Amino acid sequence: MRIELQINGEAHEADVWEGESLLFALREQLGFPGSKNACEQGECGSCSVLLDGTLVCSCLVLAAQAEGHEVVTVEGLADDGRLHKVQEAFVAAGAVQCGFCTPGLVVAAADLLKRNVYPSDDDIREALSGNLCRCTGYAKIFDAVRMAAAAL
Amino acid sequence: MSETASPKLELGRVGDSTPRIDGVPKVTGEFAYSSDLQAAGMLWGHTVRSPHAHARIVSIDISEAVGMPGVHAVLTHEDVPGEKRYGLEFADQPVLAYERVRYYGEPVALVAAEHPEQARRAAGRIRVEYEPLEPVVDPERATEQDPLHPDRPTMSHGYRDDPRPNVVRSLLIRHGDPEADGEVTVSGVYEVGIQDQAFLGPESGLAVPDGEGGVDVYVATQWLHVDRDQVAPCLNLKPEQVRIHLAGVGGAFGGREDLSMQLHGALLALHTDRPVKIVYNREESFVGHIHRHPAKIWAEHRSTRDGKLVNVRVRILLDGGAYASSSTAVTSNAASFAVGPYAVDNALIESTCVYTNNPPCGAMRGFGAVQVCFAHEAQMDKLAEALDIDPIELRLLNALGPGGSLPTGQKITGTLPVADVIRRAAELDIPEQEELPRDPMRLPGGSGNTTRGEGVRRGVGFAVGFKNIGYSEGFDDYTAARVRLDADGSAEVHCAAAEVGQGVANVILQVARTELGSSDVVLAPHTTATVDSAGSASASRMTWMAAGAVRDACRAALEERQQNGGKAVDVERIYRHPRTTPLDPETGQITGERAHVAYACAAMRVVAEVDVELGLTRVVWIGTAQDVGKAVNPQAVTGQIEGGTAQGLGLALMEEIQTRDGLITNASFTDYLIPTTLDMPPVVSVLIEEAEPDAPYGVKGVGEPPTVVSTAAVVAALRAATGRELTRVPVKPDDIVGL
Ligand code: FES
Ligand code: FES
Repeated sequence: MRIELQINGEAHEADVWEGESLLFALREQLGFPGSKNACEQGECGSCSVLLDGTLVCSCLVLAAQAEGHEVVTVEGLADDGRLHKVQEAFVAAGAVQCGFCTPGLVVAAADLLKRNVYPSDDDIREALSGNLCRCTGYAKIFDAVRMAAAAL
Repeated sequence: MSETASPKLELGRVGDSTPRIDGVPKVTGEFAYSSDLQAAGMLWGHTVRSPHAHARIVSIDISEAVGMPGVHAVLTHEDVPGEKRYGLEFADQPVLAYERVRYYGEPVALVAAEHPEQARRAAGRIRVEYEPLEPVVDPERATEQDPLHPDRPTMSHGYRDDPRPNVVRSLLIRHGDPEADGEVTVSGVYEVGIQDQAFLGPESGLAVPDGEGGVDVYVATQWLHVDRDQVAPCLNLKPEQVRIHLAGVGGAFGGREDLSMQLHGALLALHTDRPVKIVYNREESFVGHIHRHPAKIWAEHRSTRDGKLVNVRVRILLDGGAYASSSTAVTSNAASFAVGPYAVDNALIESTCVYTNNPPCGAMRGFGAVQVCFAHEAQMDKLAEALDIDPIELRLLNALGPGGSLPTGQKITGTLPVADVIRRAAELDIPEQEELPRDPMRLPGGSGNTTRGEGVRRGVGFAVGFKNIGYSEGFDDYTAARVRLDADGSAEVHCAAAEVGQGVANVILQVARTELGSSDVVLAPHTTATVDSAGSASASRMTWMAAGAVRDACRAALEERQQNGGKAVDVERIYRHPRTTPLDPETGQITGERAHVAYACAAMRVVAEVDVELGLTRVVWIGTAQDVGKAVNPQAVTGQIEGGTAQGLGLALMEEIQTRDGLITNASFTDYLIPTTLDMPPVVSVLIEEAEPDAPYGVKGVGEPPTVVSTAAVVAALRAATGRELTRVPVKPDDIVGL
């Protein structure tokens, strides 16, 4: 079936099979492979995107459900080539190792900082608890979110 | 949105905390992982796997699948043109199963189709008739059951000839007088469950036929050249007809040492003459790679009344699962480090790994040292209690150091500051206990809001451990680097060292910039096509080895350019660490100067709170001191320590692959839990920098020691809080409340 949706502020359309997830359509049909596919079961957060401004796991949303809606992916966070403060902070704090969790985490962290300008460590802990990272042990991810909060 | 420019990407020199070269593409989503690749005309591959842990294959009928919509190929073992078996060290594993399957999830057939769903549906139409066989699932009984590999593929490789069925390797270390008596004896039996690497990037890659009979495979792996050397013979191709290129790697931790989709993708690509992409889903990933060996360890420590170890006797049983992978080296590592970083004159250590029909095991961060550290540290605490000596004093009293020897007879010739890491970790200030009542998020059970804290007890635990750096026992371990230095001073470095997230790309560039005295250096893609092998990104060896090779190649390039009057040069150099030799198969003693190259140690202190009524835990704080040689990039080193610590904490508290008659029952992140932000406390890391004499710039590997010690240290804190023995990891709520 054919779907039309907004991705990172631009109109896109794709031919999708009815069982396909939004994640699969973004990655394989629409040219946005930034969102990651670590579990495809809603457990890891690596596929996090904003759907009409709400943080969702794109692996749990059917592509067909996104018809007519607005999606923001990790590729849409930077503005005109300038990194988002969260992206800058992730690089500077050493919060990236293999980086497979990173797209989901930067989307989730950017979403947190939009809602909560001065998050406590417990706020950060709770907001990012749905995003698995196997490499970093999270310490530098906390550093990055604090750094970004201070810079915003 | 910010007004400032993106972070500076100038990579500094050896010793600088420079940001990752791949940091910006990774935060923007541009970085191409192995699952992100596409090619024109690409097909999707799918692997049909055994639903049985042990069965005879009666027949395979592909006729229905072949005619399904979108299907371009359906392959079985009959379509493998070359060798039918492969393996990291011993070719005991079928490319596609024939005659019988030996583990749950073993690959049996392959499908390529236009859409992944078409491939899955066709796979469902392949009729494989199995005759189930009694699975060998109890490692303690495996040596009495029918052999899974009657041809004994791991025997006659210089190991002890053990005639018992299903022995992968057994090793006996006899040191001093193995019967020597002490004044005080403590003993215990310890068990470690099967841990999964659980890297986030699933096994995946793209195989592209070259139109001339060869193939290019773009894949997430740890050792490009050893993949090539396993793939080519099975395809009946020459090594140069198979080119393996590193695609973005979403974590590895040992789980990408063995092949996953490389051979299968290449087979499908050559068969269809189309590019073929294969991406495992999480469930398939859990069965699609090897795991950390589960272990049972019997330990007896004999000491003098004032705490000097006299004799340590340890028996280790490792379950290798269905195929050998790197089990023989894990067996020997577990034996080498069974006593821990302590000096003891007498020891008897027996380490055995068996074949079973359980999930295959091989390399995972810590490689045999994790399991034994859990046992030897529990024993040291038990001994301290029996002697009424402070456990840290007991460790200091017995600490191994330069000049001391391992039970294999090998003298410590390099650095090994065991006493120093113990003192520095023990000195760290631990946080005060937080008052009650408090926010449930900061209680065991967290947001579950299960308690107000009445049953909460606090405990402080300590552990120290060590492990070898680099490959051991006579393995010809080397790394190549090639440097193209232009007349204008710009340079391109080629090195096939796999960047798996650990930061070796930065290491290579920092070394090249240091040696060439220029920042105008780029790193060429990691591939088998342009440079010799780098060896594996494992055994905490890659920083040392890549630094040595790149340093040597840069120096040679500068010299050559000077000699030829400043013209462009292109040189390749091979770096080897000091040569090792095998252990004596009968006594487990060294046969030359060394079986291991070098070691790194770490000590860790953990504060935990345990709700003794509910069995729930919360690790509050972790402090660690680690022997790192020279930190090439201190930020990356602390990142390795924090991440490695989290994996050890996971094994202590939650991570275990569960099986029933060999079948994995929890192959998802819903049922196999790894630490989240809610589980990980802050980690304070102290880096002890003592230059390793034989290593370039004095570096050591840093990835594994934190994982080796953290499981032991976390459980020590739980013991201190509960007063229970807790002899098995992961510790379950039932173990804490004593059900
Ligand atoms: S891929 Fe969507 S939550 Fe894991
Ligand atoms: S950086 Fe590898 S999973 Fe987070």
